Amino acid sequence: MRATMSREKKHKIKNSNWQFWVIIAIPLIYAIVFAYIPMGGVILAFKDYSIKKGILGSDWVGLRYFKQFLLSPSSSKVIWNTLVLGIYSLIASFPIPILLAVGLNEIKAVKFKKTVQMVTYAPYFISTVVMVGMLMQMTDLRIGIINKLIGLFGVGPINFFGNANIFRGLYVWSGVWQVTGYSAIIYIAALAGVSPELKEAAIVDGASRMKRIWHVDLPAIRPTIVTMLIFACGNMINIGFDKVYLMQNSMNLARSEVIATFVYKVGLVNADYGFSTAAGLFQSLVSFLMLIAVNKLSKVITETSLW
Amino acid sequence: MKTEKKKFSKAPIGDKVFIIFIYVLLTLAMLIVLLPLIYIVSASFSDSQAVIANEVWLLPVRPTLRGYEAVFKNKNILTGFSNSFFYMIVGTAVNILMTILCAFPLSRKEFTARNKVAMIFIFTMYFSGGLVPSYMLVNKLGLVNTRWALIIPSAMSTYFMIICRTYFINSIPDELYEAGQIDGCTPFKYLLRIVIPLSKPIIAVLTLYYGVGKWNSYFDAMIYLKDQTLVPLQVVLRDILILNKIDYTMISDASALAAQRGLTDLLKYSTIVVASVPVLCIYPFVQKHFVKGVMIGAVKG
Repeated sequence: MRATMSREKKHKIKNSNWQFWVIIAIPLIYAIVFAYIPMGGVILAFKDYSIKKGILGSDWVGLRYFKQFLLSPSSSKVIWNTLVLGIYSLIASFPIPILLAVGLNEIKAVKFKKTVQMVTYAPYFISTVVMVGMLMQMTDLRIGIINKLIGLFGVGPINFFGNANIFRGLYVWSGVWQVTGYSAIIYIAALAGVSPELKEAAIVDGASRMKRIWHVDLPAIRPTIVTMLIFACGNMINIGFDKVYLMQNSMNLARSEVIATFVYKVGLVNADYGFSTAAGLFQSLVSFLMLIAVNKLSKVITETSLW
Repeated sequence: MKTEKKKFSKAPIGDKVFIIFIYVLLTLAMLIVLLPLIYIVSASFSDSQAVIANEVWLLPVRPTLRGYEAVFKNKNILTGFSNSFFYMIVGTAVNILMTILCAFPLSRKEFTARNKVAMIFIFTMYFSGGLVPSYMLVNKLGLVNTRWALIIPSAMSTYFMIICRTYFINSIPDELYEAGQIDGCTPFKYLLRIVIPLSKPIIAVLTLYYGVGKWNSYFDAMIYLKDQTLVPLQVVLRDILILNKIDYTMISDASALAAQRGLTDLLKYSTIVVASVPVLCIYPFVQKHFVKGVMIGAVKG
């Protein structure tokens, strides 16, 4: 009886496969057209592109553009800027959400907790354009409130956007302001899953709150922390285009030109397709390799990995 | 509340100090986020001369609506608004549809090829052709300078699709599918009659994610659109806030240069507020779902 049931079921299941294919057909076509066809376009990085000959017909140039990108002093500066900004961002913005989540987890007053969470979460919804606009208004030399504030202490006024040395700090800390509340949610969720028995046991053992956080909470959310860290490291070099491009001006360009903005300017503005694609491909490859390396490292050290 | 107090008074001194320290720290964090926002809103309602003269601290000085008048007299902002609404509504609808169509087959173990197909999608999260090949493709497809350029190339996010799939796997019991099969329910019918009605929370989350993303994005518009009548609000905002390209004809009595300068800043503050209001308005209502959605994606995704 049971055997016939399962055979019948299997038969039906086999039959329904084509219907799944029909359902997924449009997304699949979408992925092939808009993700895989451009992936094929990376051969542009190895070709001297001419519109007349098309991508496939253009002449091969081998690694010329890669050499050009890696060896020219102007682009090594761009690579350096990207790396430094990435590392600075990671160091500054990784631990703070964990602190916020652990802090919120210790608070028993529900209203206060919810208010803090809602407020710190809100800036995430502000668009990058508006965020940079706010920053520019508030750091304005004449009317910016930040210059007014530091003026009270006898400092300034400082031309925040006109000083290349300040660019990195401005970029990173405004980012911290914007996304800390959002990033904390993942850790809040993980902390909510920590077993209460462990905490009670710790209380019985006479552990102080600090000790409970250190010996119970943090170890419990370690897999989440490591997972997030792997992602963050893999993305380190992928300093996004949007905010940097908006914050950039001729005065801070020495520090603010990163691979993404460079690719845009060389590729779409100057129409140097091959060189720009090579630069972009370099960035993709580095972050991909970094993801794999960090994942492997973490597998060995902490036994947590993405795959 | 009472027991909480009792516990607190009984707690060892070290713990008390620690708790107070946390309260102070969190209050500080909240103020750091909140004060700039309050300042911007107050400045937007203040007299333009007061803004120039640095009289505004936290509360509006000599309240006025002139900044907002200037915002709503600006034709570019108004067309930007209506374009953004279009991109947000149509784009989000396409996003949701595509995400569900993709996530559902990948969530069913009866779909024998699901792991291989999933890999096809997941790989796109880590590797892409980059800017120039993508631009050339969109150009070749004839989408440049059409509204579709902001909708079709970004029709689905693999990351959200995986969150959606995780929800389908974990929140809709397998038994329902088996029961449906016995009743002769095809996968298509099952998706329509059972999965979608049971997926309201995740659809709410995705709508918000995609919607906010569409509302806030400007890069696609910047590279694909040339026609000023098609551009979304963010591009207009960039002109006003960052490039200082302000159409002075919209400032009616702009005779004195000083007044004009003051009104420009006032206009900027008002623009910042107006542009953020739609998103900040819906946010508290959906926050509950939102947190849930992030958790679904984070813990298992």
